[in-house]
Amino acid sequence: MSIKVVEGKNIVRDYHIGGGLFRGQRTVHAVKGVSFSVDKGKTLAIVGESGCGKSTLARIITLIDPATSGELFIDGNKVDIARNGLTKEMRRKVQIVFQNPYGSLNPRQKIGDVLGEPLLINTNKPAEERRDLAMKMLKKVGLGPEHYNRYPHMFSGGQRQRIAIARALMLNPSLLVLDEPVSALDLSVQAQVLNLLADLQDEFQLTYVFISHDLSVVRYIADDVMVMYFGEAVEYGSREEVFADPKHSYTRTLFAATPRADIASIKARLAKKKAA
Amino acid sequence: MALLEIQNLVVEFQTASGPFRAVDGVSLHVDEREVLAIVGESGSGKSVSMLAVMGLLPWTAKVTADRMSFNGRELLKMSPAERRKIIGKDISMIFQEPMASLNPCFTVGFQIEEVLRFHMGMDGAQRRARAIELLTQVGIAEPAERLNSFPHQMSGGQCQRVMIAIAIACNPKLLIADEPTTALDVTIQKQILDLLVSLQAKYGMGLIMITHNMGVVAETADRVIVQYKGRKMEEADVLSLFESPKSNYTRALLSALPENAVGDRLPTVSDMVFEPAPSGAAA
Repeated sequence: MSIKVVEGKNIVRDYHIGGGLFRGQRTVHAVKGVSFSVDKGKTLAIVGESGCGKSTLARIITLIDPATSGELFIDGNKVDIARNGLTKEMRRKVQIVFQNPYGSLNPRQKIGDVLGEPLLINTNKPAEERRDLAMKMLKKVGLGPEHYNRYPHMFSGGQRQRIAIARALMLNPSLLVLDEPVSALDLSVQAQVLNLLADLQDEFQLTYVFISHDLSVVRYIADDVMVMYFGEAVEYGSREEVFADPKHSYTRTLFAATPRADIASIKARLAKKKAA
Repeated sequence: MALLEIQNLVVEFQTASGPFRAVDGVSLHVDEREVLAIVGESGSGKSVSMLAVMGLLPWTAKVTADRMSFNGRELLKMSPAERRKIIGKDISMIFQEPMASLNPCFTVGFQIEEVLRFHMGMDGAQRRARAIELLTQVGIAEPAERLNSFPHQMSGGQCQRVMIAIAIACNPKLLIADEPTTALDVTIQKQILDLLVSLQAKYGMGLIMITHNMGVVAETADRVIVQYKGRKMEEADVLSLFESPKSNYTRALLSALPENAVGDRLPTVSDMVFEPAPSGAAA
Protein backbone atom coordinates (compact mmCIF):
# COMPACT_ATOMS: atom_id res chain seq x y z
CA MET A 1 0.00 0.00 0.00
CA SER A 2 1.20 3.44 -0.75
CA ILE A 3 1.66 6.23 1.75
CA LYS A 4 1.26 9.82 0.70
CA VAL A 5 4.34 11.72 1.84
CA VAL A 6 3.20 15.07 0.62
CA GLU A 7 -0.17 16.29 -0.50
CA GLY A 8 -1.28 19.75 -1.54
CA LYS A 9 -4.89 20.80 -1.91
CA ASN A 10 -5.71 23.90 -3.88
CA ILE A 11 -2.53 25.74 -2.99
CA VAL A 12 -2.59 29.45 -3.75
CA ARG A 13 0.20 31.94 -3.31
CA ASP A 14 -0.22 35.66 -3.94
CA TYR A 15 2.51 38.27 -3.72
CA HIS A 16 1.53 41.82 -2.92
CA ILE A 17 3.69 44.32 -4.66
CA GLY A 18 3.73 47.40 -2.49
CA GLY A 19 2.19 50.52 -3.92
CA GLY A 20 3.89 53.86 -3.70
CA LEU A 21 2.63 57.39 -3.55
CA PHE A 22 1.34 57.37 -7.11
CA ARG A 23 0.71 53.72 -7.67
CA GLY A 24 -1.78 51.38 -6.08
CA GLN A 25 -0.91 48.02 -4.64
CA ARG A 26 -0.75 45.15 -7.09
CA THR A 27 -1.23 41.47 -6.49
CA VAL A 28 0.66 38.82 -8.43
CA HIS A 29 -0.98 35.40 -8.37
CA ALA A 30 2.12 33.24 -8.52
CA VAL A 31 0.40 29.93 -7.83
CA LYS A 32 -3.32 29.67 -8.55
CA GLY A 33 -4.82 26.68 -6.84
CA VAL A 34 -2.57 23.68 -7.45
CA SER A 35 -3.33 20.22 -6.08
CA PHE A 36 -0.97 17.24 -6.07
CA SER A 37 0.19 14.29 -4.04
CA VAL A 38 3.31 12.14 -4.05
CA ASP A 39 3.57 8.59 -2.71
CA LYS A 40 6.53 7.32 -0.73
CA GLY A 41 9.52 6.45 -2.88
CA LYS A 42 8.12 8.18 -5.95
CA THR A 43 9.16 11.22 -7.95
CA LEU A 44 6.90 14.03 -9.01
CA ALA A 45 8.39 16.30 -11.67
CA ILE A 46 7.16 19.85 -12.03
CA VAL A 47 7.88 21.35 -15.44
CA GLY A 48 7.39 24.86 -16.74
CA GLU A 49 9.22 27.92 -17.96
CA SER A 50 10.61 30.74 -15.84
CA GLY A 51 7.88 32.69 -14.10
CA CYS A 52 5.32 29.88 -14.12
CA GLY A 53 5.36 29.52 -10.33
CA LYS A 54 7.27 26.26 -10.03
CA SER A 55 9.90 27.65 -7.69
CA THR A 56 7.23 29.40 -5.60
CA LEU A 57 5.52 26.05 -5.22
CA ALA A 58 8.86 24.50 -4.26
CA ARG A 59 9.30 27.10 -1.51
CA ILE A 60 5.84 26.30 -0.17
CA ILE A 61 6.47 22.55 -0.16
CA THR A 62 9.85 23.09 1.54
CA LEU A 63 8.08 25.13 4.24
CA ILE A 64 10.11 28.24 3.49
CA ASP A 65 7.09 30.35 2.52
CA PRO A 66 3.51 29.81 3.67
CA ALA A 67 0.73 29.38 1.12
CA THR A 68 -1.83 32.17 0.92
CA SER A 69 -4.60 29.59 1.00
CA GLY A 70 -4.99 25.86 0.54
CA GLU A 71 -3.89 22.91 2.60
CA LEU A 72 -0.52 21.19 2.72
CA PHE A 73 -0.10 17.77 4.31
CA ILE A 74 3.30 16.26 5.07
CA ASP A 75 3.28 12.60 6.16
CA GLY A 76 -0.45 12.94 6.66
CA ASN A 77 -0.22 15.89 9.06
CA LYS A 78 -1.57 19.26 8.11
CA VAL A 79 1.11 21.93 8.12
CA ASP A 80 0.43 25.64 8.38
CA ILE A 81 3.64 27.57 9.02
CA ALA A 82 1.86 30.91 8.79
CA ARG A 83 -0.24 30.09 11.86
CA ASN A 84 1.69 27.50 13.86
CA GLY A 85 5.28 28.19 12.88
CA LEU A 86 7.70 25.46 11.99
CA THR A 87 8.86 22.78 14.40
CA LYS A 88 12.27 21.14 14.20
CA GLU A 89 10.54 17.89 13.48
CA MET A 90 8.88 19.34 10.38
CA ARG A 91 12.12 20.93 9.22
CA ARG A 92 13.74 17.52 9.45
CA LYS A 93 11.19 15.96 7.16
CA VAL A 94 11.57 18.25 4.17
CA GLN A 95 14.85 19.39 2.65
CA ILE A 96 15.78 21.18 -0.55
CA VAL A 97 18.64 21.17 -3.08
CA PHE A 98 19.02 24.32 -5.13
CA GLN A 99 19.96 24.84 -8.75
CA ASN A 100 23.26 26.62 -8.43
CA PRO A 101 25.82 24.65 -6.42
CA TYR A 102 28.19 27.64 -6.61
CA GLY A 103 25.72 29.87 -4.80
CA SER A 104 24.19 27.52 -2.27
CA LEU A 105 27.36 26.68 -0.30
CA ASN A 106 28.99 29.18 2.02
CA PRO A 107 32.49 29.80 0.62
CA ARG A 108 33.95 30.27 4.12
CA GLN A 109 32.59 27.05 5.55
CA LYS A 110 34.44 23.76 5.38
CA ILE A 111 32.53 20.84 3.91
CA GLY A 112 32.49 19.05 7.25
CA ASP A 113 30.83 22.07 8.86
CA VAL A 114 28.39 22.38 5.95
CA LEU A 115 27.22 18.83 6.62
CA GLY A 116 27.29 19.14 10.43
CA GLU A 117 25.29 22.33 10.60
CA PRO A 118 21.80 20.86 10.07
CA LEU A 119 22.52 18.47 12.96
CA LEU A 120 23.89 21.27 15.13
CA ILE A 121 20.77 23.35 14.65
CA ASN A 122 18.10 20.69 14.71
CA THR A 123 19.41 17.99 17.05
CA ASN A 124 21.30 17.64 20.35
CA LYS A 125 23.92 15.26 18.97
CA PRO A 126 27.45 15.76 20.33
CA ALA A 127 30.23 16.98 18.02
CA GLU A 128 31.83 13.57 17.64
CA GLU A 129 28.62 11.96 16.46
CA ARG A 130 27.95 14.82 14.05
CA ARG A 131 31.41 14.28 12.61
CA ASP A 132 30.86 10.55 12.14
CA LEU A 133 27.52 11.09 10.46
CA ALA A 134 29.02 13.69 8.12
CA MET A 135 31.84 11.31 7.17
CA LYS A 136 29.37 8.54 6.43
CA MET A 137 27.25 10.85 4.30
CA LEU A 138 30.30 11.97 2.30
CA LYS A 139 30.90 8.36 1.36
CA LYS A 140 27.24 7.85 0.46
CA VAL A 141 27.34 10.61 -2.12
CA GLY A 142 30.57 9.38 -3.66
CA LEU A 143 33.09 11.66 -1.93
CA GLY A 144 35.76 10.64 0.56
CA PRO A 145 36.87 11.48 4.12
CA GLU A 146 39.73 13.53 2.68
CA HIS A 147 37.15 16.06 1.48
CA TYR A 148 35.94 16.77 5.03
CA ASN A 149 38.28 19.71 5.68
CA ARG A 150 38.12 21.33 2.27
CA TYR A 151 36.35 24.51 1.19
CA PRO A 152 33.68 24.69 -1.52
CA HIS A 153 35.94 26.44 -4.06
CA MET A 154 38.12 23.33 -4.16
CA PHE A 155 35.33 21.29 -5.75
CA SER A 156 33.89 21.04 -9.23
CA GLY A 157 30.25 21.82 -9.96
CA GLY A 158 29.21 18.17 -9.87
CA GLN A 159 31.00 17.56 -6.57
CA ARG A 160 29.40 20.66 -5.06
CA GLN A 161 25.99 19.42 -6.08
CA ARG A 162 26.82 16.13 -4.34
CA ILE A 163 27.68 18.11 -1.21
CA ALA A 164 24.40 20.02 -1.42
CA ILE A 165 22.55 16.70 -1.72
CA ALA A 166 24.53 15.29 1.21
CA ARG A 167 23.62 18.30 3.35
CA ALA A 168 19.96 17.87 2.50
CA LEU A 169 20.10 14.21 3.53
CA MET A 170 21.83 14.77 6.90
CA LEU A 171 18.53 14.88 8.78
CA ASN A 172 17.07 11.79 7.11
CA PRO A 173 14.27 13.68 5.40
CA SER A 174 11.32 11.84 3.94
CA LEU A 175 10.85 14.42 1.20
CA LEU A 176 13.55 16.03 -0.91
CA VAL A 177 12.70 19.01 -3.08
CA LEU A 178 15.15 19.33 -5.99
CA ASP A 179 14.96 22.73 -7.66
CA GLU A 180 16.66 22.30 -11.07
CA PRO A 181 19.48 20.24 -9.52
CA VAL A 182 21.22 19.36 -12.79
CA SER A 183 20.55 22.40 -14.99
CA ALA A 184 23.92 23.98 -14.21
CA LEU A 185 25.88 20.78 -14.84
CA ASP A 186 27.59 19.29 -17.87
CA LEU A 187 26.02 16.35 -19.63
CA SER A 188 28.34 13.70 -18.20
CA VAL A 189 28.19 15.15 -14.69
CA GLN A 190 24.43 15.43 -15.01
CA ALA A 191 24.30 11.69 -15.65
CA GLN A 192 26.35 11.00 -12.51
CA VAL A 193 24.16 13.18 -10.30
CA LEU A 194 20.96 11.66 -11.73
CA ASN A 195 22.34 8.18 -11.00
CA LEU A 196 23.26 9.24 -7.47
CA LEU A 197 19.71 10.49 -6.92
CA ALA A 198 18.31 7.21 -8.20
CA ASP A 199 20.64 5.19 -5.91
CA LEU A 200 19.73 7.27 -2.87
CA GLN A 201 16.04 6.96 -3.64
CA ASP A 202 16.33 3.17 -3.72
CA GLU A 203 18.39 3.05 -0.54
CA PHE A 204 16.38 5.41 1.68
CA GLN A 205 12.96 5.14 0.03
CA LEU A 206 13.17 8.88 -0.59
CA THR A 207 10.38 10.89 -2.13
CA TYR A 208 11.39 13.54 -4.64
CA VAL A 209 9.71 16.65 -5.95
CA PHE A 210 11.89 17.36 -8.97
CA ILE A 211 11.62 20.76 -10.57
CA SER A 212 13.02 21.09 -14.04
CA HIS A 213 12.55 22.64 -17.43
CA ASP A 214 14.43 19.88 -19.23
CA LEU A 215 11.93 17.37 -20.55
CA SER A 216 14.50 14.72 -21.40
CA VAL A 217 15.62 14.62 -17.75
CA VAL A 218 12.01 14.60 -16.55
CA ARG A 219 11.13 11.74 -18.84
CA TYR A 220 14.05 9.80 -17.43
CA ILE A 221 13.52 10.39 -13.70
CA ALA A 222 9.83 11.09 -13.02
CA ASP A 223 6.94 8.84 -12.05
CA ASP A 224 4.36 11.63 -12.24
CA VAL A 225 4.60 14.86 -14.19
CA MET A 226 2.92 18.20 -13.58
CA VAL A 227 3.16 20.94 -16.19
CA MET A 228 2.69 24.47 -14.87
CA TYR A 229 1.82 27.50 -16.92
CA PHE A 230 1.18 30.95 -15.43
CA GLY A 231 0.61 29.56 -11.95
CA GLU A 232 -1.76 26.81 -12.97
CA ALA A 233 -1.21 23.09 -13.32
CA VAL A 234 -2.34 22.66 -16.91
CA GLU A 235 -1.42 19.01 -17.03
CA TYR A 236 -0.97 16.42 -14.32
CA GLY A 237 -0.65 12.69 -14.72
CA SER A 238 1.68 9.73 -14.84
CA ARG A 239 4.78 10.09 -16.99
CA GLU A 240 3.48 7.68 -19.61
CA GLU A 241 0.14 9.50 -19.91
CA VAL A 242 1.65 12.96 -20.18
CA PHE A 243 4.34 12.05 -22.69
CA ALA A 244 2.14 9.80 -24.81
CA ASP A 245 -0.91 12.00 -24.94
CA PRO A 246 -0.44 15.62 -23.85
CA LYS A 247 -3.84 17.21 -23.38
CA HIS A 248 -3.08 20.87 -23.03
CA SER A 249 -1.84 22.98 -25.94
CA TYR A 250 0.98 24.42 -23.82
CA THR A 251 2.34 20.93 -23.09
CA ARG A 252 2.32 20.21 -26.80
CA THR A 253 4.19 23.50 -27.48
CA LEU A 254 6.73 22.49 -24.87
CA PHE A 255 7.26 19.08 -26.43
CA ALA A 256 7.55 20.55 -29.91
CA ALA A 257 10.17 23.05 -28.71
CA THR A 258 12.41 20.44 -27.10
CA PRO A 259 15.35 19.75 -29.39
CA ARG A 260 15.51 16.18 -30.59
CA ALA A 261 18.76 14.31 -30.95
CA ASP A 262 17.46 11.17 -32.66
CA ILE A 263 18.58 10.20 -36.12
CA ALA A 264 15.12 10.26 -37.70
CA SER A 265 14.58 13.92 -36.83
CA ILE A 266 18.05 14.89 -38.04
CA LYS A 267 17.30 13.19 -41.37
CA ALA A 268 13.97 14.99 -41.58
CA ARG A 269 15.61 18.34 -40.92
CA LEU A 270 18.36 17.80 -43.49
CA ALA A 271 15.84 16.70 -46.12
CA LYS A 272 13.77 19.81 -45.46
CA LYS A 273 16.85 22.00 -45.74
CA LYS A 274 17.84 20.44 -49.05
CA ALA A 275 14.37 21.01 -50.44
CA ALA A 276 14.36 24.68 -49.43
CA MET B 1 38.25 28.52 -50.23
CA ALA B 2 37.17 28.27 -46.65
CA LEU B 3 35.78 31.37 -44.97
CA LEU B 4 37.64 30.76 -41.74
CA GLU B 5 40.54 28.39 -41.61
CA ILE B 6 42.46 27.51 -38.46
CA GLN B 7 45.40 25.15 -38.33
CA ASN B 8 46.97 23.88 -35.15
CA LEU B 9 45.61 26.54 -32.81
CA VAL B 10 47.19 26.54 -29.35
CA VAL B 11 46.06 28.83 -26.55
CA GLU B 12 48.02 28.89 -23.31
CA PHE B 13 47.21 30.86 -20.20
CA GLN B 14 49.91 32.00 -17.80
CA THR B 15 48.87 30.92 -14.34
CA ALA B 16 50.58 30.91 -10.96
CA SER B 17 51.32 27.21 -11.40
CA GLY B 18 52.83 27.52 -14.86
CA PRO B 19 51.27 27.66 -18.33
CA PHE B 20 47.88 26.02 -18.78
CA ARG B 21 47.02 24.78 -22.22
CA ALA B 22 43.31 25.46 -22.84
CA VAL B 23 43.33 24.69 -26.55
CA ASP B 24 45.75 22.09 -27.78
CA GLY B 25 46.30 21.95 -31.50
CA VAL B 26 42.80 22.40 -32.87
CA SER B 27 42.29 22.74 -36.62
CA LEU B 28 39.00 23.66 -38.18
CA HIS B 29 37.45 25.40 -41.13
CA VAL B 30 34.08 26.90 -41.92
CA ASP B 31 32.76 27.54 -45.39
CA GLU B 32 30.25 30.11 -46.52
CA ARG B 33 26.64 29.07 -45.96
CA GLU B 34 27.67 26.40 -43.52
CA VAL B 35 26.60 25.72 -39.94
CA LEU B 36 29.42 24.25 -37.88
CA ALA B 37 28.70 23.15 -34.33
CA ILE B 38 31.47 22.87 -31.75
CA VAL B 39 30.36 20.63 -28.89
CA GLY B 40 32.08 19.96 -25.62
CA GLU B 41 31.75 20.21 -21.89
CA SER B 42 33.02 23.08 -19.78
CA GLY B 43 36.78 23.23 -19.97
CA SER B 44 36.93 21.70 -23.44
CA GLY B 45 38.27 24.93 -24.92
CA LYS B 46 35.37 25.48 -27.27
CA SER B 47 34.75 29.09 -26.25
CA VAL B 48 38.42 29.94 -25.86
CA SER B 49 39.26 28.93 -29.41
CA MET B 50 36.54 31.21 -30.78
CA LEU B 51 37.53 34.07 -28.47
CA ALA B 52 41.02 33.66 -29.93
CA VAL B 53 39.55 34.20 -33.40
CA MET B 54 37.80 37.33 -32.17
CA GLY B 55 40.94 38.54 -30.37
CA LEU B 56 39.00 38.89 -27.13
CA LEU B 57 41.30 36.92 -24.84
CA PRO B 58 43.05 38.68 -21.96
CA TRP B 59 46.77 39.46 -22.11
CA THR B 60 47.61 36.37 -20.07
CA ALA B 61 46.69 34.22 -23.04
CA LYS B 62 49.28 33.23 -25.59
CA VAL B 63 47.73 32.42 -28.96
CA THR B 64 49.73 30.59 -31.60
CA ALA B 65 48.58 28.94 -34.79
CA ASP B 66 50.16 27.73 -37.98
CA ARG B 67 47.40 29.49 -39.79
CA MET B 68 44.35 31.51 -38.79
CA SER B 69 42.93 33.10 -41.86
CA PHE B 70 39.63 34.76 -42.58
CA ASN B 71 38.67 35.22 -46.20
CA GLY B 72 42.26 34.55 -47.19
CA ARG B 73 43.74 37.14 -44.79
CA GLU B 74 45.92 36.06 -41.90
CA LEU B 75 44.35 37.33 -38.66
CA LEU B 76 47.34 36.91 -36.38
CA LYS B 77 49.64 39.00 -38.58
CA MET B 78 47.29 41.98 -38.80
CA SER B 79 47.75 45.19 -36.86
CA PRO B 80 45.14 45.65 -34.10
CA ALA B 81 43.58 48.54 -36.04
CA GLU B 82 43.19 46.40 -39.15
CA ARG B 83 41.76 43.56 -37.14
CA ARG B 84 39.20 45.84 -35.49
CA LYS B 85 37.80 46.64 -38.92
CA ILE B 86 36.95 42.98 -39.41
CA ILE B 87 35.82 42.06 -35.90
CA GLY B 88 32.25 43.16 -35.33
CA LYS B 89 31.75 43.74 -39.06
CA ASP B 90 32.68 40.63 -41.04
CA ILE B 91 32.96 38.34 -38.01
CA SER B 92 30.56 38.91 -35.15
CA MET B 93 29.71 37.01 -32.04
CA ILE B 94 26.73 36.40 -29.74
CA PHE B 95 27.30 35.42 -26.13
CA GLN B 96 25.58 33.21 -23.63
CA GLU B 97 24.19 35.76 -21.18
CA PRO B 98 22.13 38.23 -23.19
CA MET B 99 21.38 40.34 -20.12
CA ALA B 100 25.05 40.62 -19.22
CA SER B 101 26.37 41.32 -22.71
CA LEU B 102 24.27 44.44 -23.29
CA ASN B 103 25.34 47.64 -21.59
CA PRO B 104 22.69 48.49 -18.98
CA CYS B 105 23.43 52.24 -19.19
CA PHE B 106 22.47 52.74 -22.82
CA THR B 107 19.29 52.20 -24.78
CA VAL B 108 19.02 49.27 -27.12
CA GLY B 109 18.81 51.66 -30.07
CA PHE B 110 22.08 53.36 -29.11
CA GLN B 111 23.87 50.04 -28.88
CA ILE B 112 22.68 48.90 -32.30
CA GLU B 113 23.50 52.25 -33.90
CA GLU B 114 26.97 52.28 -32.34
CA VAL B 115 28.04 49.39 -34.57
CA LEU B 116 26.56 51.03 -37.64
CA ARG B 117 28.32 54.33 -36.92
CA PHE B 118 31.69 52.69 -36.33
CA HIS B 119 31.73 50.20 -39.19
CA MET B 120 29.37 51.57 -41.82
CA GLY B 121 29.74 55.33 -41.29
CA MET B 122 26.01 55.94 -41.65
CA ASP B 123 24.41 59.24 -40.66
CA GLY B 124 21.79 59.47 -37.90
CA ALA B 125 18.69 59.01 -40.02
CA GLN B 126 20.16 56.04 -41.91
CA ARG B 127 21.26 54.41 -38.67
CA ARG B 128 17.83 54.76 -37.15
CA ALA B 129 16.12 53.34 -40.21
CA ARG B 130 18.54 50.41 -40.29
CA ALA B 131 18.10 49.77 -36.55
CA ILE B 132 14.33 49.56 -36.98
CA GLU B 133 14.80 47.25 -39.95
CA LEU B 134 17.09 45.00 -37.88
CA LEU B 135 14.72 44.79 -34.93
CA THR B 136 11.92 43.86 -37.32
CA GLN B 137 14.10 41.12 -38.80
CA VAL B 138 14.83 39.57 -35.42
CA GLY B 139 11.12 39.58 -34.59
CA ILE B 140 10.71 42.34 -32.01
CA ALA B 141 7.25 43.91 -31.97
CA GLU B 142 6.97 47.72 -32.16
CA PRO B 143 10.63 48.19 -33.14
CA ALA B 144 10.54 51.98 -33.28
CA GLU B 145 9.38 52.24 -29.67
CA ARG B 146 11.72 49.48 -28.52
CA LEU B 147 14.77 51.44 -29.67
CA ASN B 148 14.32 53.68 -26.66
CA SER B 149 14.11 50.80 -24.17
CA PHE B 150 16.89 49.88 -21.80
CA PRO B 151 18.01 46.24 -21.56
CA HIS B 152 16.43 45.78 -18.12
CA GLN B 153 13.04 46.61 -19.59
CA MET B 154 13.21 43.59 -21.89
CA SER B 155 13.02 39.86 -21.26
CA GLY B 156 15.97 37.49 -21.71
CA GLY B 157 14.69 36.27 -25.07
CA GLN B 158 14.22 39.82 -26.31
CA CYS B 159 17.71 40.80 -25.17
CA GLN B 160 19.13 37.87 -27.10
CA ARG B 161 17.22 39.07 -30.17
CA VAL B 162 18.78 42.50 -29.73
CA MET B 163 22.21 40.86 -29.48
CA ILE B 164 21.51 39.04 -32.73
CA ALA B 165 20.40 42.31 -34.31
CA ILE B 166 23.71 43.93 -33.31
CA ALA B 167 25.65 40.93 -34.58
CA ILE B 168 24.02 40.93 -38.02
CA ALA B 169 23.91 44.74 -38.33
CA CYS B 170 26.83 44.94 -40.76
CA ASN B 171 25.93 41.82 -42.76
CA PRO B 172 28.72 39.66 -41.37
CA LYS B 173 30.17 36.81 -43.37
CA LEU B 174 30.67 34.74 -40.24
CA LEU B 175 28.55 34.66 -37.10
CA ILE B 176 29.84 32.94 -33.97
CA ALA B 177 27.15 32.03 -31.44
CA ASP B 178 28.57 30.99 -28.05
CA GLU B 179 25.87 29.02 -26.20
CA PRO B 180 23.21 31.44 -27.50
CA THR B 181 20.27 29.68 -25.83
CA THR B 182 21.67 28.16 -22.65
CA ALA B 183 20.17 30.83 -20.39
CA LEU B 184 16.75 30.68 -22.06
CA ASP B 185 13.58 28.61 -21.67
CA VAL B 186 12.98 25.75 -24.11
CA THR B 187 10.19 27.50 -25.97
CA ILE B 188 12.30 30.66 -26.34
CA GLN B 189 15.33 28.54 -27.23
CA LYS B 190 13.39 27.09 -30.15
CA GLN B 191 12.47 30.57 -31.40
CA ILE B 192 16.05 31.85 -31.16
CA LEU B 193 17.49 28.78 -32.91
CA ASP B 194 14.92 29.06 -35.69
CA LEU B 195 15.77 32.75 -36.04
CA LEU B 196 19.52 32.10 -36.24
CA VAL B 197 19.15 29.33 -38.81
CA SER B 198 16.74 31.33 -40.97
CA LEU B 199 19.03 34.40 -40.91
CA GLN B 200 21.99 32.20 -41.74
CA ALA B 201 20.18 30.75 -44.76
CA LYS B 202 18.84 34.12 -45.87
CA TYR B 203 22.18 35.94 -45.86
CA GLY B 204 24.37 32.95 -46.66
CA MET B 205 26.48 33.46 -43.56
CA GLY B 206 28.83 30.95 -42.07
CA LEU B 207 27.58 30.11 -38.59
CA ILE B 208 29.61 28.59 -35.78
CA MET B 209 27.41 27.29 -33.02
CA ILE B 210 29.19 26.62 -29.74
CA THR B 211 27.10 24.48 -27.43
CA HIS B 212 27.12 21.64 -24.93
CA ASN B 213 23.60 20.59 -25.84
CA MET B 214 23.40 17.63 -28.23
CA GLY B 215 19.79 18.52 -29.03
CA VAL B 216 20.84 21.96 -30.28
CA VAL B 217 23.51 20.31 -32.44
CA ALA B 218 21.01 17.90 -33.93
CA GLU B 219 18.58 20.73 -34.69
CA THR B 220 20.97 23.17 -36.34
CA ALA B 221 24.33 21.85 -37.52
CA ASP B 222 25.62 20.70 -40.90
CA ARG B 223 28.98 19.61 -39.54
CA VAL B 224 30.11 18.97 -35.97
CA ILE B 225 33.40 19.15 -34.10
CA VAL B 226 33.59 17.43 -30.72
CA GLN B 227 36.17 18.83 -28.29
CA TYR B 228 37.42 17.46 -25.01
CA LYS B 229 40.04 19.04 -22.75
CA GLY B 230 41.27 21.35 -25.49
CA ARG B 231 41.65 18.67 -28.12
CA LYS B 232 39.53 17.83 -31.11
CA MET B 233 38.05 14.38 -30.60
CA GLU B 234 36.07 14.04 -33.74
CA GLU B 235 34.85 15.90 -36.79
CA ALA B 236 31.97 14.62 -38.85
CA ASP B 237 28.80 15.68 -40.60
CA VAL B 238 25.84 15.77 -38.25
CA LEU B 239 24.15 12.61 -39.43
CA SER B 240 27.19 10.36 -39.27
CA LEU B 241 28.15 11.78 -35.88
CA PHE B 242 24.85 10.67 -34.39
CA GLU B 243 24.59 7.50 -36.45
CA SER B 244 28.10 6.16 -36.06
CA PRO B 245 30.29 8.18 -33.71
CA LYS B 246 33.97 7.38 -34.30
CA SER B 247 35.60 8.45 -31.04
CA ASN B 248 34.82 6.77 -27.75
CA TYR B 249 34.27 10.18 -26.13
CA THR B 250 31.44 11.02 -28.52
CA ARG B 251 29.93 7.61 -27.89
CA ALA B 252 30.13 8.14 -24.13
CA LEU B 253 28.59 11.59 -24.46
CA LEU B 254 25.71 10.35 -26.58
CA SER B 255 24.93 7.47 -24.27
CA ALA B 256 24.81 9.86 -21.29
CA LEU B 257 21.80 11.61 -22.84
CA PRO B 258 18.76 10.82 -20.68
CA GLU B 259 16.62 10.17 -23.77
CA ASN B 260 18.99 7.40 -24.83
CA ALA B 261 18.81 5.73 -21.42
CA VAL B 262 18.56 1.97 -21.38
CA GLY B 263 17.50 0.58 -18.01
CA ASP B 264 17.26 2.71 -14.89
CA ARG B 265 20.84 3.99 -14.65
CA LEU B 266 22.72 6.21 -17.07
CA PRO B 267 26.16 5.25 -18.31
CA THR B 268 28.60 7.92 -17.17
CA VAL B 269 31.60 9.50 -18.77
CA SER B 270 34.20 8.53 -16.22
CA ASP B 271 37.73 9.81 -16.15
CA MET B 272 38.89 7.39 -18.79
CA VAL B 273 41.38 8.56 -21.36
CA PHE B 274 39.79 9.58 -24.60
CA GLU B 275 41.71 9.50 -27.83
CA PRO B 276 40.77 11.47 -30.91
CA ALA B 277 39.22 9.48 -33.73
CA PRO B 278 41.73 8.36 -36.39
CA SER B 279 42.50 11.29 -38.66
CA GLY B 280 41.08 9.49 -41.68
CA ALA B 281 37.66 10.21 -40.21
CA ALA B 282 38.15 13.97 -40.30
CA ALA B 283 36.54 15.69 -43.23
